[in-house]
Amino acid sequence: MPTKIEKDTLSGRDTTGHEWDGVKELNTPLPTWWVYTFYATIVFAAVYCFLYPSWPWLNGHLEGSLGYSSRVELTQALEAQAKSRAVYVDRIRATPLAQIAKEPELLNFAMAGGRSAFQTNCMQCHGAGGAGSPGFPNLVDDDWIWGGSLDQIYTTIRYGIRNADDKSRQSMMPRFGVDGALTGAQVAAVTDYVLSLSGKAKATPEGAKIYQEQCVACHGAEGKGNQELGAPNLADGLWLYGGDRDSVYRSIFYARNGSMPAWNGRLDEATLKMLAIYVHALGGGR
Amino acid sequence: MSSPAVLSAGARTTPHYVEDPIRAAVVLTMFWGIAAFLVGVIIAAQLVWPQLSFDSPYLTFGRLRPLHTSAAIFAFGGTALIGTAFHVVQRTCRARLFGGEPLAWFILLGYQFFIVMAATGYLLGITQSKEYAEPEWFVDLWLTIVWVAYLLAYLGTVLKREEPHIYVANWFYLAFIVTIAMLHIVNNLALPVSITGTKSYGAWSGVQDAMIQWWYGHNAVGFFLTAAFLGMMYYYIPKAANRPVYSYRLSIVHFWSLVFMYIWAGPHHLHYTSLPDWAQTLGMVFSVMLWMPSWGGMINGLMTLSGAWDKLRTDPGLRFSVTAVGFYGMATFEGPVMSIKAVNSLSHYTDWTIGHVHSGALGWVAFIVFGTLYYMVPKLWNRPGMWSTRLMGWHYWISTIGIVLYITAMWVSGIMQGLMWRAYDELGFLQYSFVETVAAMQPFYAIRLLGGLFFLTGGLLMAYNMWRTIRGEATLAARPRPALAA
Repeated sequence: MPTKIEKDTLSGRDTTGHEWDGVKELNTPLPTWWVYTFYATIVFAAVYCFLYPSWPWLNGHLEGSLGYSSRVELTQALEAQAKSRAVYVDRIRATPLAQIAKEPELLNFAMAGGRSAFQTNCMQCHGAGGAGSPGFPNLVDDDWIWGGSLDQIYTTIRYGIRNADDKSRQSMMPRFGVDGALTGAQVAAVTDYVLSLSGKAKATPEGAKIYQEQCVACHGAEGKGNQELGAPNLADGLWLYGGDRDSVYRSIFYARNGSMPAWNGRLDEATLKMLAIYVHALGGGR
Repeated sequence: MSSPAVLSAGARTTPHYVEDPIRAAVVLTMFWGIAAFLVGVIIAAQLVWPQLSFDSPYLTFGRLRPLHTSAAIFAFGGTALIGTAFHVVQRTCRARLFGGEPLAWFILLGYQFFIVMAATGYLLGITQSKEYAEPEWFVDLWLTIVWVAYLLAYLGTVLKREEPHIYVANWFYLAFIVTIAMLHIVNNLALPVSITGTKSYGAWSGVQDAMIQWWYGHNAVGFFLTAAFLGMMYYYIPKAANRPVYSYRLSIVHFWSLVFMYIWAGPHHLHYTSLPDWAQTLGMVFSVMLWMPSWGGMINGLMTLSGAWDKLRTDPGLRFSVTAVGFYGMATFEGPVMSIKAVNSLSHYTDWTIGHVHSGALGWVAFIVFGTLYYMVPKLWNRPGMWSTRLMGWHYWISTIGIVLYITAMWVSGIMQGLMWRAYDELGFLQYSFVETVAAMQPFYAIRLLGGLFFLTGGLLMAYNMWRTIRGEATLAARPRPALAA
């Protein structure tokens, strides 16, 4: 079809002479800045491809004149980071826990490292500030189930609780209701007795009797618990699984037996120590 | 050619165009737009208050998020593209749509069926877990059938055109239809576990799967959200501005450079992953080279307005389209910048990416659709104009403020997040834990939610205006009204 080139009066440019549903096009040349910027990006791309790994062929690719590898870069970055900490980390590894706490410089480093490791590995269960949540012990109070000394905390972190590790802390409260050792009514009676230890319920003679028969071996006559066995203190009004009547009833009927992983092997020795120091310092360490 | 050149377009015979399916597509586009914005607002609220999932598996962020992205891209964007493609191809080819109304209805309704199947699947947890390609094998197969029909109708119309040349808008629409078919089929190759079950296993695995997924994913951006909407721009902006397209040569050069470069850019989604370094390099350099080809479209869109800038004062629809081109230019500059590995090491996996996507999705895609629909509705329903020009103005400003709130919040939040992730204290330990970065982002999530609410409100104003226009009431401007004090 013959074209009809017109002059656009506003721009002074010719049209291409085509028209579609009233739409015409101007025959404007490419903007110079556009062309040169485009060329510049192409030159940048060519230079970059020369410097870095780029074009592939059948059994390899252009290696690039810089010999760059992102894997090597990552390894080097991690090594540099480790190296910057190495002096302190080596000293922490070599120094006994109690001694670290006495050397301000080391203690400062251990607290920073412990906090960093805690924020990454522990806070999911124990909370950002270590205040815990139901089922996950509060680490900022002074109520310790397995002991709150530096060494006891270190052992708990290293080997964990009720897991498959050989040295894991182990103990198991029986499922008094589920396994038929006690009836529901008996569990209710002993629940009242347990609550009475912190003054939250009135004990019955039957509850006291059951407590003496079933509970006293681990939790003690006064309900003060036993850290050797991981038996919680029942008289201090602090509860891991809730202190209302229903929660305590369930703890006795079904038992709880929560677990914690062993961090030995997942975290290096220095980090385990730093964590122990950090957790110990959170508030309630003995 | 049959028609002599001396006759102007107006005097030549106009074929009987297919129109009803286009009208339906316009209404459906508006419906899906509201749906997409609404679900977006809901999940933005969930990110501020996670309890808003109400512990229901059907309302978790993980299921609603693909519902939002698919509603925005495929339902809202896709339906707009089908409707406008039919509208544009018939007029610029001066030919009735190939296959007529039956084929057009099959494509439009078949596509709606695809959307409904995909969306209900997400809520029920039926997904192949590939971003932007979540629908399972049976939905993919159905879409393939619809898409081939779409190609047939489009190509058939172009082939039987009465115009000697193929208009630039049609190149873009065709590139979109052909490339999406290729991407869709290759990325979704899968073996169903059983012919009666929904579950399938993808044909690709490991890093090849990742590479193909992002070859798909980035070109969904490149061909669905860029090329196709450029096609829309190339018809509706010159029509609304009543000016010739700025440069034919630029349209050719930027079209071919754009489609050639885009298809390589996918690996920039996989920087610093197990993807081989050479592929990361190519993904980056092609993204950088993509800058000017992308801007060619912006130049042509904006410069077409020369001599007609005054129309922006009186036509909020055109204002939407031109602002869209502005956001397009911004997003297609930001994209290459973010693809540079050094920048990407900060921006990747942060909210910056979300902000970038939304300056494209809200600023470019949604705005060009709004501008186009405001142009189409009065034409398709034979009305003198939209019911209320003032309401269009309100829509424009509310939506623009919404976008600005959204993307600035995400810039600040994303850069802060990236910096917090990489911060070390003076002893060489990571300064922040992940959850501390999440807590720091919460205020910006609230600002984002506010931006989303603005955008949704604008969409509702538009839907109301559209409804009143279609119902056929006199335009507000045409009715006497008291003079405004201001």
